Amino acid sequence: MEQLKTIGRELAMGSQGGFGQSKEFLDLVKSIGETRSKAEEDRIVLHEIETLKRRIADPDIPKRKMKEYIIRLVYIEMLGHDASFGYIHAVKMTHDDSLLLKRTGYLAVTLFLNEDHDLIILIVNTIQKDLRSDNYLVVCAALNAVCRLINEETIPAVLPQVVELLGHSKEAVRKKAIMALHRFYQKSPSSVSHLVSNFRKRLCDNDPGVMGATLCPLFDLITIDVNSYKDLVVSFVTILKQVAERRLPKGYDYHQMPAPFIQIRLLKILALLGGGDKQASEKMYTVVSDIFRKCDSSNIGNAVLYECICCVSSIYPNPKLLEAAAEVISKFLKSDSHNLKYMGIDALGRLIKISPDIAEQHQLAVIDCLEDPDDTLKRKTFELLYKMTKSSNVDVIVDRMIDYMISINDSHYKTYIASRCVELAEQFAPSNHWFIQTMNKVFEHAGDLVNVKVAHNLMRLIAEGFGEDDDAADSQLRSSAVESYLRIIGEPKLPSLFLQVICWVLGEYGTADGKYSASYITGKLCDVAEAYSDDETVKAYAVTAFMKIYASEIAAGRKVDMLHECQSLVEELSASHSTDLQQRAYELQAVISLDAHAVENILPSDASCEDIEVDKSLSLLDNYVQQSLENGAQPYISESEQSGLSSISNFRSQDQHEASMHGLRFEAYELPKPPMPPRIHAASLEPSTELVPVSEPSYSRDTHQVATAPSISDSGSSELKLRLDGVQKKWGRPVYSSSPSTSNSTTHNTVNDVTQVDGAVNVNSKTRSTRDSRKPQVEISPEKQKLAASLFGGSSQIDKRATSANHKIAKAGVHAAEKAQAPKAAVVSVEKTNHQPSPDLLDLGEPTVASTTPSVDPFKQLEGLLDPTQISATSNHGAVGATESPDIIALYGNASASGQSSSPEISLTTNRDDVNFTVGLLDATVSTAHAGTTLPTQFPKGLNPRDSLEKDALVRHMGVTPSSQNPNLFRDLLS
Amino acid sequence: MIRAVMVMNTQGKPRLAKFYDSQPVDKQQELIRSVFGVLCSRAENVSNFVEADSIFGPDSRIVYKHFATLYFVLVFDSSENELAMLDLIQVLVETLDKCFKNVCELDLVFNYSKIHTILDEIFFGGQVLETSSAEVMKAVEEISKLETASNSITLVPKSVSGWRGR
Repeated sequence: MEQLKTIGRELAMGSQGGFGQSKEFLDLVKSIGETRSKAEEDRIVLHEIETLKRRIADPDIPKRKMKEYIIRLVYIEMLGHDASFGYIHAVKMTHDDSLLLKRTGYLAVTLFLNEDHDLIILIVNTIQKDLRSDNYLVVCAALNAVCRLINEETIPAVLPQVVELLGHSKEAVRKKAIMALHRFYQKSPSSVSHLVSNFRKRLCDNDPGVMGATLCPLFDLITIDVNSYKDLVVSFVTILKQVAERRLPKGYDYHQMPAPFIQIRLLKILALLGGGDKQASEKMYTVVSDIFRKCDSSNIGNAVLYECICCVSSIYPNPKLLEAAAEVISKFLKSDSHNLKYMGIDALGRLIKISPDIAEQHQLAVIDCLEDPDDTLKRKTFELLYKMTKSSNVDVIVDRMIDYMISINDSHYKTYIASRCVELAEQFAPSNHWFIQTMNKVFEHAGDLVNVKVAHNLMRLIAEGFGEDDDAADSQLRSSAVESYLRIIGEPKLPSLFLQVICWVLGEYGTADGKYSASYITGKLCDVAEAYSDDETVKAYAVTAFMKIYASEIAAGRKVDMLHECQSLVEELSASHSTDLQQRAYELQAVISLDAHAVENILPSDASCEDIEVDKSLSLLDNYVQQSLENGAQPYISESEQSGLSSISNFRSQDQHEASMHGLRFEAYELPKPPMPPRIHAASLEPSTELVPVSEPSYSRDTHQVATAPSISDSGSSELKLRLDGVQKKWGRPVYSSSPSTSNSTTHNTVNDVTQVDGAVNVNSKTRSTRDSRKPQVEISPEKQKLAASLFGGSSQIDKRATSANHKIAKAGVHAAEKAQAPKAAVVSVEKTNHQPSPDLLDLGEPTVASTTPSVDPFKQLEGLLDPTQISATSNHGAVGATESPDIIALYGNASASGQSSSPEISLTTNRDDVNFTVGLLDATVSTAHAGTTLPTQFPKGLNPRDSLEKDALVRHMGVTPSSQNPNLFRDLLS
Repeated sequence: MIRAVMVMNTQGKPRLAKFYDSQPVDKQQELIRSVFGVLCSRAENVSNFVEADSIFGPDSRIVYKHFATLYFVLVFDSSENELAMLDLIQVLVETLDKCFKNVCELDLVFNYSKIHTILDEIFFGGQVLETSSAEVMKAVEEISKLETASNSITLVPKSVSGWRGR
């Protein structure tokens, strides 16, 4: 049917006489359109090429025909066939006087040639002439060609003319001249550096189009050097203001928006200029907030809004603008359009750096995006999650990432996401076991794509343990690793890198805990070596693993009997083409025949972290050197002395590198760093060479513990290294005495307030999971909510704290019940202490902003609002009692006191003033509200307090993470 | 910066391709093919954005729009705004529509040089030059008027002489 339509249309065109093209061209297009296979198409095109070759060479061809031939060549080349035989004719056509032919010629050459083509030299002269033409269309055509065809060497030939054209009377020419100059700047900044001031001048051009064009080069210039353009902030702001106030001619409107593309450019520029500059930023606040207000919800309006958010998030933060940005983001995320959701997620990722708690109210939207079938959206969401990963949610996020990684085939993105997983796992791993499991999964599914260093890091981690002298934990970790590897080893088609890790670990620790016999492990290793017989590295690892296992057997005084298949493997390898494998095989045979004492010296068990003495001064050569000198050799002068640099500069390899960027490099590449005791840790982080890790000589296990504290900052420097600074505290035993860990706990209270609060909810959901009296009855699936809770929720450590706090309070409530008559207040207290309501999860109402600073005791007002049914429901908490609100305050005092005694963490929060404590208890977000930053929070409309309390209970029931507070309650209470 | 403008039909045949950073011919074909591979695997009702690092190298995105039998594709880097690029495709299509009255795939094929003229009025050296389809139309019409004028000067005498000679 479609075919018929096509033919019909073509016929119609033919009868109209076409578009100036001959019947032949129509036939060509038509026949290509009708082809069923690529081969058929190729045949037709090749035939066409033959025809054209013949005809185009004809000297008396009419010009009009020639034009058509050139177009046909362009068409053929677009289809992917070589049309280079016709290039010269296209070049000739640019010399023609007729505008039509000239333009066709220019069109063809810009499509055919690139800037380094040999034929360019034939065009430069024509371009020069055309740039001086009286006809502005010729000038435009030439400028167009200039952009594409002029390279660094030919820029000087046309530069004067282009600069002259900046003052041309036609604005279209000025505009194109600016852009051509911009293009020159992109190709060779040095050749036009003296003309940069022209861009500034043209910013004041009286044609807005020219001004808009100037913004492109200025954006590039400002990106490179912000400081020299700070003076333009005021001008940009004024221009933006004028644009936003519709002072430009109507012609610049697009879909009722005044010059949106110019607005977008200006906002981008302002974002650059205002970054980290309070003074400059302050000048922008008014105009940006104006634009926030003025944008409609058309596509282009949203584009401008998005740009505003980008601007707001990069300039010096302003609470009011952040508020507006958050509002727009929630609008984007709630929209049905995938495009807007994408922009919303992106914007959220930008804003989250400034106000981390903003993500929380959008948690369900984020999870929806994560589960969306749209890959683009999914990837953007992973990007966002990556930005908001903390130790509390790392497991959920990394699990998700790995699931997704397994599901995709795109190796580029797989590599990317695998490296992200590794990075997050190294940075935030909650436990060793989890870390190893995660790394196993990553290796199993993307082992060929991850960096070799990652494997070395993993091996080192298993070998060294976690920097503490807890040998039991270390050996437990090792045996769990061994166990998991023995399980995985049977899987078919494991990546080579992963097998190397497996072989190494099995060789080192396979028999260490006595659970598996040497023959069992070697049997497994043999299977691996045979199954992957074309992978020499794996075989080498396997042979060395044999050697280690047998050595440890011999050292333990056991008799070694080599498995039959092992023996044959070793024999086979000793005749291998690879000298490396041969050597390893012979070494193995030699080691096995040695006695226990010798073996222990050669291959001590678990010595991968021990240091090997390296004689850096090479004293063994002293005699030789002495002898040579005596024989008249020149004494050695070190390179640093030769180049006249002090040897200290070598330590700063970074500076040295930068300095040497511009000239010849005389110094040595890098001196090996001398052993410095405080840097032990950093040194030990360097990737161990595959089988015999060489560490710094002064390293020793005993000093390790002491040395870690000062070295923490050092170890975080390199990307790929294990970052132990955050991890160590997590992985170690919970000791809060050392200074880094206490600082950590305080930051939890101030920065990670969200986490803390949410931790409490998790506990609630866990402790109440046995009671099934009230099931969640909302349309949002519980899995999703659970996911939300874990993504945005708290860590286990915090959980514990929160639990203890809750318990204490509950107990206190019981105590009070003995004295009290009415259960009301206790209910309130429980409600309050567990106060993690999440109205926004259930009811995504309109976001309104209000500061909820309860300066009055809210319980007094709360009391009357609860009816008996509510009480019966909530009294399940086991807390009954307390009459009056003053009592509750006392209870809180109690709770806080007991909390203080129970855990140092709680004391940090309870030390705050009373009001603060009673209102939010552990909720530090309230304290931020106190601090005056008005954070956007969502208030569902038209809910009465009781409803919201019920909902609140429901929500807690399902373990959903709520927003930081229940503003809804307070609003109604306090109004 | 905008790196490329492509128009291809739903079978993957390129109808228009312009690269603003020089690419050799076979590389262009490969890029067009891989872009088509990405686009045809995308479901309907998903976003119009694709991250294209794997095709065009780091920091490159694609915005596309599907009209009848054609995909309009823009490739660009982070200095542009995705939603704005989507509107730019709209500008291009609107202009084509004004130019050809109910533009269809065949119009693009048969008016190759005119399409390029339009394209050159909207994009210039990888930057957005003009976003008002009315302005673009004005410029294009002016060009074609002058073209036919210059054409008639050079061509008419020839044809007349040819006719006389018969």
